[in-house]
Amino acid sequence: MLNIILNYHFIQNAIIASILSSIVCGIIGTIIIEKKLILMGGGIAHTAYGGVGLSYLLNINPLIGAMGFSLIAALGIGKVRKTNIKHSDVIIALFWSLGMALGILFISFMDGYPPDMNSYLFGNILSVSNFDLIAMGVLTFIVLAILSIFFEDWKIYLFDEEMAKVNGLNTTFLEYTLLILIALSVVILIRVSGIIMLIALLCAPSATAALVSEKLNSRMGISILIGLFNSLFGLLLSYTLDIASGASIVILSVIVYALVYLFKKKTSIKNGK
Amino acid sequence: MDYALEVENLSVKYDNNYALKNITMSIKEGDYLGIIGPNGGGKTTLLKAILNLIDHNCTKINFFGKNFSETQQLISYVPQISKVDRTYPISVIEVVLGSKLKKSLNPFYRYTKQDRENALESLNMVGIKHLASRQIQKLSGGEFQRLLIARAIAVSPKLLLLDEPTANVDPASRNIIYDLLDKLNNEGVTIIMVSHDTMAISSKVKNIACISEDLIYHGGPQLSQNVIDKMYGCPIDLLAHGVPHRVLPQHKH
Repeated sequence: MLNIILNYHFIQNAIIASILSSIVCGIIGTIIIEKKLILMGGGIAHTAYGGVGLSYLLNINPLIGAMGFSLIAALGIGKVRKTNIKHSDVIIALFWSLGMALGILFISFMDGYPPDMNSYLFGNILSVSNFDLIAMGVLTFIVLAILSIFFEDWKIYLFDEEMAKVNGLNTTFLEYTLLILIALSVVILIRVSGIIMLIALLCAPSATAALVSEKLNSRMGISILIGLFNSLFGLLLSYTLDIASGASIVILSVIVYALVYLFKKKTSIKNGK
Repeated sequence: MDYALEVENLSVKYDNNYALKNITMSIKEGDYLGIIGPNGGGKTTLLKAILNLIDHNCTKINFFGKNFSETQQLISYVPQISKVDRTYPISVIEVVLGSKLKKSLNPFYRYTKQDRENALESLNMVGIKHLASRQIQKLSGGEFQRLLIARAIAVSPKLLLLDEPTANVDPASRNIIYDLLDKLNNEGVTIIMVSHDTMAISSKVKNIACISEDLIYHGGPQLSQNVIDKMYGCPIDLLAHGVPHRVLPQHKH
């Protein structure tokens, strides 16, 4: 196994990509679960497909277009959510399918054979390029830096937004920054799990961690470790069983969540809770 | 005497319906005001509009003669317990410490020893200092309510707004809360409390206001049948001390 890792560049890239995505999923996943923004994450991810399509049409790196579209989706959904919370799921649904539709439309404008979009839809961690890796690294750094610099502000903002506002915290900054961070996370994860399965990757490790930990910091930490296990072990399964990497990682993530959930249920029944 | 809070022509609209219409009220410094009114009558909306948490129209909302942003540090708030996420992963002391974040953003903030001592002191005032390191998921309703009050008083406010501080709270917690509010009021803190706990309203507060879209009555804690009729839209029995709240007996339509 070590031989394979040392000899194949794409395996090394895949491992680094797994580490980066696990860090992002652990932190942002924990936050979107607490803030009940999972559906919104799904909406942003699917909107990104429009950006991927546009990038192909303009012949630029698809992650650049994906980032543009994710940011527009995040801020757009966020704005509507702020003014009219009742309509937010409608807006999410519209962004969701509009993004997909635009992606298909842009691809259809291209001359000749359409490109293979599968790696963006379903992810292919084994085809992560050096550029992808650099982009993922920079974005992960930004997410980590912004969260750790304002960690105490985040902790209070996420707990009780209204009280944070009454106490004078700049909740508008925190809110929009959070939306931007979610959009960046989506971009980081596209190469790993693809747009369609991204949301499982984003929330399964954190949801698993939430079952076993009651503290915000440790929940994030445990979630990173679970994510790391899921993606590395999923990668190994994908390699040995010759199945798609995105699928094996997501399936493993769901299995791990289910096992921990069942185990916890069993032990809490035993303890009479 | 100076006013802790002056509100002029405050209106709040949800879609096309007024939740509050042209509310005008002035609350003197050192007052202890109870606000009652029917469910959905706009009590919570009033507090949120005063605190600038929701969109509203008004000609004036002043705190101690100044606007909200100048006096923000003097004002604190206890939200309705049901509106706060009790499953969030945070410890009791961290909740109180959060109110020590003074600036609009606090990069690289580390709580000082002083912050911690103050937070513990606030917890002590509501009698849950021993729970400081506990996660909030494990608190009872009464303990959690007291935590919200500890958080609010941790900033040493001059004006304290409370939304149903004794709803769903055990009797022991309720007594602790009222005793504390009495004590704070005696020390000069102006208190505005929204409550349906009419027993407390009539026995604890100095003044009372009734709200139902528009503010109807504002004065001493003895309510007339006339005001109550107008408030609730139909006759109900006036409430006596120590008698459980009877709503709409002998209701005729």
